[in-house]
Amino acid sequence: MPNYNWPPQGQRRLMGKRLSRLDGIEKASGYAKYASDLNPPNLLHGALLTAPHAHCRVTSIDVSEAKAMQGVTSVRVIAPAGTEIQWRGAEVAAVSATSETIALDALKKIKVQYEVLPHLVKEEDLKKAGPRAKAAGEQLTGDPDQGFKEADVVVEGYYGIPVITHCCLEPHGQVVEWKSDAVNMFPSTQNVTGIGGDLAKALELPATQVRVQMNHIGGGFGSKFVSDRWGIEAAHMSKESGGRPVKLFLDRETELTIAGVRPSCFGKVKLGAKKDGTITTWESDTWATGGHGGGGSPPIPYVFTNIPNQRKAHSAVSINAGGVRAWRAPNHQQACFMTDCALEDLAAKLNMDPLDVFAKNADLTPRPEVYRNQLRQAAELMDWKKKWHPRGQSGSGTLKRGLGVAIHTWQGGGHDSKAICRINPDGTVEVELGSQDLGTGTRTAIAIVAAETLGLPLNAIRVKIGDNQYPPSGASGGSTTIGGVSASTRKASVNSLEKLFAAVAPSLGAQADQLEAVDGRIQVKGQASKNLTWKAACNKLGATSIAEMGENERRNPGSLISAGVGGVQMAEVEVDTETGIVRMIKSVAVQDCGTVVNLKTAESQVYGGCIMSIAAALLEERVMDEQTGRVLNPDMEFYKLSGIGDIGEIVVKMNMEKEYDDRGVIGLGEPAAIGLNAAIGNAVANAIGVRVSNAPFTPDRVLAALEGRTA
Amino acid sequence: MSSRKEPEVPKKTKPAVSRRGFIQGVGLGTGALGGALTGTAEAAPQSAGGAVSGPGAVPFSLRINGKTHNVTLEPRVTLLDALRDSLDLTGAKRVCDRGTCGACTVIVDGRAVYACSVLAIDMQGRQIQTIEGIGTPDKPHPVTSAFVEHDAQQCGYCTPGFVMAAKAYLDRNPNPRSEADVEAGLGGNLCRCGTYVGVRKAVLDAARDVRRGRNA
Ligand code: FES
Ligand code: FES
Repeated sequence: MPNYNWPPQGQRRLMGKRLSRLDGIEKASGYAKYASDLNPPNLLHGALLTAPHAHCRVTSIDVSEAKAMQGVTSVRVIAPAGTEIQWRGAEVAAVSATSETIALDALKKIKVQYEVLPHLVKEEDLKKAGPRAKAAGEQLTGDPDQGFKEADVVVEGYYGIPVITHCCLEPHGQVVEWKSDAVNMFPSTQNVTGIGGDLAKALELPATQVRVQMNHIGGGFGSKFVSDRWGIEAAHMSKESGGRPVKLFLDRETELTIAGVRPSCFGKVKLGAKKDGTITTWESDTWATGGHGGGGSPPIPYVFTNIPNQRKAHSAVSINAGGVRAWRAPNHQQACFMTDCALEDLAAKLNMDPLDVFAKNADLTPRPEVYRNQLRQAAELMDWKKKWHPRGQSGSGTLKRGLGVAIHTWQGGGHDSKAICRINPDGTVEVELGSQDLGTGTRTAIAIVAAETLGLPLNAIRVKIGDNQYPPSGASGGSTTIGGVSASTRKASVNSLEKLFAAVAPSLGAQADQLEAVDGRIQVKGQASKNLTWKAACNKLGATSIAEMGENERRNPGSLISAGVGGVQMAEVEVDTETGIVRMIKSVAVQDCGTVVNLKTAESQVYGGCIMSIAAALLEERVMDEQTGRVLNPDMEFYKLSGIGDIGEIVVKMNMEKEYDDRGVIGLGEPAAIGLNAAIGNAVANAIGVRVSNAPFTPDRVLAALEGRTA
Repeated sequence: MSSRKEPEVPKKTKPAVSRRGFIQGVGLGTGALGGALTGTAEAAPQSAGGAVSGPGAVPFSLRINGKTHNVTLEPRVTLLDALRDSLDLTGAKRVCDRGTCGACTVIVDGRAVYACSVLAIDMQGRQIQTIEGIGTPDKPHPVTSAFVEHDAQQCGYCTPGFVMAAKAYLDRNPNPRSEADVEAGLGGNLCRCGTYVGVRKAVLDAARDVRRGRNA
């Protein structure tokens, strides 16, 4: 078997360097075409009619007037009379028309009558959920009762983290055309290879008849894997309109109402510990919702999984609101928040520096040395020892500063991926795989791996992704893409290079296994003067290209990649105790991701993860109205994302030391977005002397906590 | 799959509340949030004429990137939808569609404007500049290059809006002194992927490049 191993760290020309993304200019100059930018000839515009009540039954629906409108090409009833609807915003009907304005006007002509049914849209108060809260069985480890009895100190806290949305800037949707023989789909998707089969199934077509193409996607964060009701209806409308392409993207209100949320988590956590801070006992009673289907169960105690005595109870609450979709590191922010806020409260009670409590308990984690090392590095970058003060001892002024820390982990691993590396007789190189670049820099990473392997400059590689006619590659979820595509690309490139060596060996008077590819040449190892330029070598192929496959199997990943990373994140905040406003001063993120393929885009993932966490900690919350069952803030004025002035200084350190690098490539997108939310909560508590129980830490909640009211 | 198409225009439609009426009714200028605070994005004044047009499509022309484009559009169509749907200028993105996020930023008579929050018909006689007009992938604007260099983009959906806002900001404030200045100047744009660290550096760098370009 060929040697696929990565070149030793010191011998890499491209991997691990800071390289600009290859599609950067195209995107930043506005010329990149996202699915939502496509304007094919004869395009029709689709629009959705959605349910106005959180829980209702359709009693009648009349689309005749809409159908009769000039310019309307198709009207589809999605929820016929008798359909019970479980959340506001659910799809009721769809229209396609020759312009978007006509489609929107036509929606107004659809007459629907509803029987309004009782709803539940809020879950913060578990008592009100009644039978809609389903308790999972209690989980027990060790002897928690004995543990609390023997503990030197017991601390109990209540913590809450709300439902938030993905708020992808490019909304969900697609352009789709259903011609007589095939369907062409141009979706905004994280799943180029898989979404075609999904649509084909819904349309009852052979999977081979759905072609999927996508060059760029304007954000997904876990919410864009399937063809969705709107994709299926758009396809039907295309068929009913003689195969004309239909563009249907959600408007912002619908996007924020039904296109996915992160589940909430609320509950009590009780810790028992020794005087020195060693945790012996965990007890938690939590609940969550992710919409009508209930809610995710966060993996708690998070990271500190080896606490000897544990009792855990969790209830999933079904509410009448748009459903959960994977949200960047599913259930992990919640788990981190419930766990690391409790740890900080324990440290405060013991009058210890939380850094020492986290370090002490690192032995309860699967990777004690990694976390201790990262805690040390992060503390240095934060200047923690100099800045830290015991909780609440932040001076007499009204502006209070505080520090907080949290630690996280994510499994990742590499998804199934196949790649073809094609070396053409004219010297051009193409790498093909049915993957996608979510903005993480996948396209560039593929080129880096191929160029590194073939001894070529980065711009010599043409990366072809975003088409389900290329070899299948997994969906981009769970930080599994970089592992999958870097391994398949590496193997494909090595395999093709071996063929090229075999083809040119005779003309260099050497054996194939004596050759190497260096700096745009094929040369004899140890005799660099015996060489051919890359182009001259490829010319020897005659008329036939080399096209070898490389494969990563999720279950059998080999030595190129691995899984499981650790990270430490710290926050420094300033709280104005008169206004309750929390301002970010500084964040520090120390992150392991194994072998770094592109340092520039890897750092961007961590910056981005931190900034998303800042928004989640300080601004984001889907607010439901108990009376009407509506989302009160399905827009970007009141569903707030952080702006450029909200983030403070951010310092990122990637662990690239040998022991980390040796592990192989590991995904990074999810872990970077986990810890800072809890770290900010801890920093606020450290600053003002009291815990603000519920995220986001908005001024009203901060002031309420300061006044001793529940917040 | 991206060819220019002729807009198909409706003959007669009577919306109950026209978008035009709505926008004028609430006096929604652009730069409703950060931009208004910083003065980098502001409302282009509404056209002065009192003539009634619409609600059906009416012919008019727009001056975009130095070229005149004749369009026939309903008066309720925003500049953003006109650019994207009728002229295939899709660099400006539709994200919030109501003046909050800046993804649709274009430059009108030298000022940053949210294209989703002005009507196309009101832009007659104005000089409209879109991201496509300030550079191409082969000959990028210095701000665009700086965004790439500092990786001030991930998914990139917010990026053309940021580049235009940054350009408009630098045109008026060629010497930003600090990241804080840049934050004030670009407060009217939002990014979900979290690229602000790169944006701050890119804009400061671009300012240097633009100055150098001017002096050269
Ligand atoms: S789309 Fe215009 S400001 Fe958001
Ligand atoms: S780069 Fe994705 S929204 Fe800004």
